[in-house]
Amino acid sequence: MNAPVKTPEERQAELQGMGDARLRKEDARFIQGKGQYCDDIKLPGMLHMDIVRSPIAHGRIKNIKKEEALAIPGVHAVLTADDLKPLNLHWMPTLAGDVAAVLADEKVHFQMQEVAIVIADDRYIAADAVEAVEVEYEELPVVMDPYGALEDDAPVLREDLAGKDEGAHGPREHHNHIFTWEAGDKEAADDVFASAPVTVSQHMHYPRVHPCPLETCGCVASFDPIKGELTTWMTSQAPHVVRTVVSMLSGVPESKVRIISPDIGGGFGNKVGVYPGYVCAIVSSIVLGKPVKWSEDRIENISSTAFARDYHMDGHLAATEDGKILGLKVDVLADHGAFDACADPTKFPAGLFHICSGSYDISAAHCSVKGVYTNKAPGGVAYRCSFRVTEAVYLIERMVDVLAQKLDMDKADIRRKNLIRKDQFPYTSPFGFEYDSGDYHTALEKVLNAVDYKDLRAEQEEKRNDPNSPTLMGIGLVTFTEVVGAGPTKMCDILGVGMFDSCEIRIHPTGSAIARMGTISQGQGHQTTYAQIIASELGIPSEVIQVEEGDTSTAPYGLGTYGSRSTPVAGAAIAMAARKIHAKAKKIAAHLLEVSEADLDWEIDRFKVRGNEDQVKTMADIAFAAYQQPPEGLEPGLEAVHYYDPPNFTYPFGIYFCVVDIDKGTGESSIRRFYALDDCGTRINPMIIDGQIHGGLTEGFAVAMGQQMPFDEQGNLLGNTLMDYFLPTAVETPAWETDYTVTPSPHHPIGAKGVAESPHVGSIPTFTSAVVDAFAHLGVTHIDMPHTSYRIWKKLKEEGVQL
Amino acid sequence: MAKQIVKMTINGQQVEQLVDSRTLLVHFLREQMNLTGAHIGCETSQCGACTIDIDGESVKACTHLAVQCDGSDVKTVEGLAENGALHPVQEAFYEEHGLQCGYCTPGMLMRSYRFLQENPNPTEDEIRTGISGNLCRCTGYQNIIKAVQSAAVKLQDKETASA
Repeated sequence: MNAPVKTPEERQAELQGMGDARLRKEDARFIQGKGQYCDDIKLPGMLHMDIVRSPIAHGRIKNIKKEEALAIPGVHAVLTADDLKPLNLHWMPTLAGDVAAVLADEKVHFQMQEVAIVIADDRYIAADAVEAVEVEYEELPVVMDPYGALEDDAPVLREDLAGKDEGAHGPREHHNHIFTWEAGDKEAADDVFASAPVTVSQHMHYPRVHPCPLETCGCVASFDPIKGELTTWMTSQAPHVVRTVVSMLSGVPESKVRIISPDIGGGFGNKVGVYPGYVCAIVSSIVLGKPVKWSEDRIENISSTAFARDYHMDGHLAATEDGKILGLKVDVLADHGAFDACADPTKFPAGLFHICSGSYDISAAHCSVKGVYTNKAPGGVAYRCSFRVTEAVYLIERMVDVLAQKLDMDKADIRRKNLIRKDQFPYTSPFGFEYDSGDYHTALEKVLNAVDYKDLRAEQEEKRNDPNSPTLMGIGLVTFTEVVGAGPTKMCDILGVGMFDSCEIRIHPTGSAIARMGTISQGQGHQTTYAQIIASELGIPSEVIQVEEGDTSTAPYGLGTYGSRSTPVAGAAIAMAARKIHAKAKKIAAHLLEVSEADLDWEIDRFKVRGNEDQVKTMADIAFAAYQQPPEGLEPGLEAVHYYDPPNFTYPFGIYFCVVDIDKGTGESSIRRFYALDDCGTRINPMIIDGQIHGGLTEGFAVAMGQQMPFDEQGNLLGNTLMDYFLPTAVETPAWETDYTVTPSPHHPIGAKGVAESPHVGSIPTFTSAVVDAFAHLGVTHIDMPHTSYRIWKKLKEEGVQL
Repeated sequence: MAKQIVKMTINGQQVEQLVDSRTLLVHFLREQMNLTGAHIGCETSQCGACTIDIDGESVKACTHLAVQCDGSDVKTVEGLAENGALHPVQEAFYEEHGLQCGYCTPGMLMRSYRFLQENPNPTEDEIRTGISGNLCRCTGYQNIIKAVQSAAVKLQDKETASA
């Protein structure tokens, strides 16, 4: 009996292609405790590495005594910078063109810096040995304030750079200066400011924060001395680049280095860089000929691996009296810590900070970012954002609010007046970015209607006039644009490798498929969504498409997952690889159906002969034929590889709205409502998009309302456990409302723009906008983050707010 | 280091093992018993990624010694599914997209499993408080809460069906 013929709708639904809220393929292993994270890996004979760290922020190492540690049974080695020197591995290059100490070489530059490593039979013995290593220090004066770092008589932090007046990004003006980077047209901006009727200025500090994924960093390095092969499982967001770096550092040919990023327990930018712990574990494995595991603890993670932000910003806007913005100027002092280890494309030492003209049509703009060394941990990574976009969006959104207050304009009105109009796209910003597409005004009105903006303003007015109101009410509004999908290789590279990404698809004879990718998921659900793209392109059900990534020995070279680049770059590579297969499949179908290719139409999962719709070949039929007897002139098999070099970045945008109620007595804030409209272009899986947005909003909430890395004058980090560092629980986390519009990217093969970082980037200034708005009637134009209850309470007292 | 014999039931199986007296329960489970579902996120009882169930209570295995569990009945995420069938909390986390990177998931599942026995019909606020010892960096909790609500319904339906 023949199977019932399926309708096109049924066939479409079976594919679970783009647009389908398909449940996640990766979940089965995670919900049964069968994920495989780095620390789950156990190899025969594996040793454990632990790290001796500096208790002080700046000092000279006088002496390191290893004997007592080496005497502990089960300890195999204690290594210091002196042991790495003969291998020339005591320093390593950073992604930002600087060098960083692998193990402290004569000096320590920040608290918790790596000073020595111990290798032992198990992690307990290793911890004992760490305690037993005695290090004698001579303390040096500490530089914690980045402004103080540039004073003439400031202590010299980086003695290793003595005499180097030229850094990776131009001349160094001072012994603690790293670079000064500028974008835009200073003269044009100065001219506008000289004649503008209205100008406003605001200083703001974007605090140092840490991405703090739930899984810390770690690796298992396994060198096979007989084969000369090095395999390393590593918590890396960019395994291929790591392979290149490891090969360069170790001298092991890249063909004999295999980096595997297994399941990763969150990254958020923290797992982009190459840390001393990885290098030391690899060196230890090569030296000892045994597998070596390193698992960082939480205090080590927060204290020593890459932080984010720490930008001291001065923003200036020039405008007409009726609120049309004419010019923007920004000056930033960037605290990079002890080594310049920012993870940015090579040409951009301040990342894509020059997206700071935001969603607004501004004719003249200039920005300048100065990087300095201090006695803090190195880093400066993109914490769930694309290379300093979070700082840029915060700056411009704050400045637009400040201007609105100066002009006594409503914050929605000033945005209506200045947002780039739909008909202006593609729009070239004063910093030279070409925004691909957008419809900001439609999205703004959609949000304002959804939240009953006018009613909320009326309620706020009522509360402000009521001395008995127990709360201050604040309304936050942000209309942001991101720049993601780095990036075009003509502009973006990491260590000289262009920031393309890649996909290899193989269709098996029976019609199922495997795709291998240069990216690596850390929770984004690539195994689910990438398959959906292929399903829609090739008519193969998602369910039978396997997606693999993270193993450099099987996956094509790619630059990894960070900066919302997976969908914009790798997602495009998938579509392009699939289209190569589609083109070949069409030739095979024409051959099988004995017609010309021009007579074929594609429908969901099959080619049909035009005018004779019973004559069809499904992708499954074609796959088998490809391996059986391909038409003359075609190779057997059905597979393709594509390396995608994006022609431009993509520019997702969003309109975020927040209502906060602040207790006048305690300073406690309560997020009454948070409404997030995102436009990420074509939507691949709405369920996953919503999940990513919830997560990004929650991380934004954490940054705005509580995260900070405070130091005392001696350079001690005052909060480096999860007791002190704010990760919101379910109790503090607000309920999120999400919405969307769809404005596809015109240059992306499927029109997708990337989404996971927008909610982080967009929500942070929204919270600040709301908190400041609660005080706006008192003349307050800005309050620095984090908006903790204590800091808000102090502000209430400062402003004389009475209960 | 002094070693000691411990006997306990883990996921229904009797085990007898020699452990160092200072071995943390989470290391014992992960490294000696090869049950790597419970994860380590903080080692200070803040994050809950190592949450398991001991004698009917949620316990953070990172700040518990293996020797403290002598004679105990221990359940980990690996023991949630029975006879090849997922537990309703596992089904619900899958269906409601209650996980992303998966690192907090075993602890979150084990806490939800216990919480729904303590409070079979919770309000949203009670769920938020009930899982507040478990941190998640990916989901913003919204779908986790939906999953716990859905699991509560599933468990009640199951109870009704078997009554």
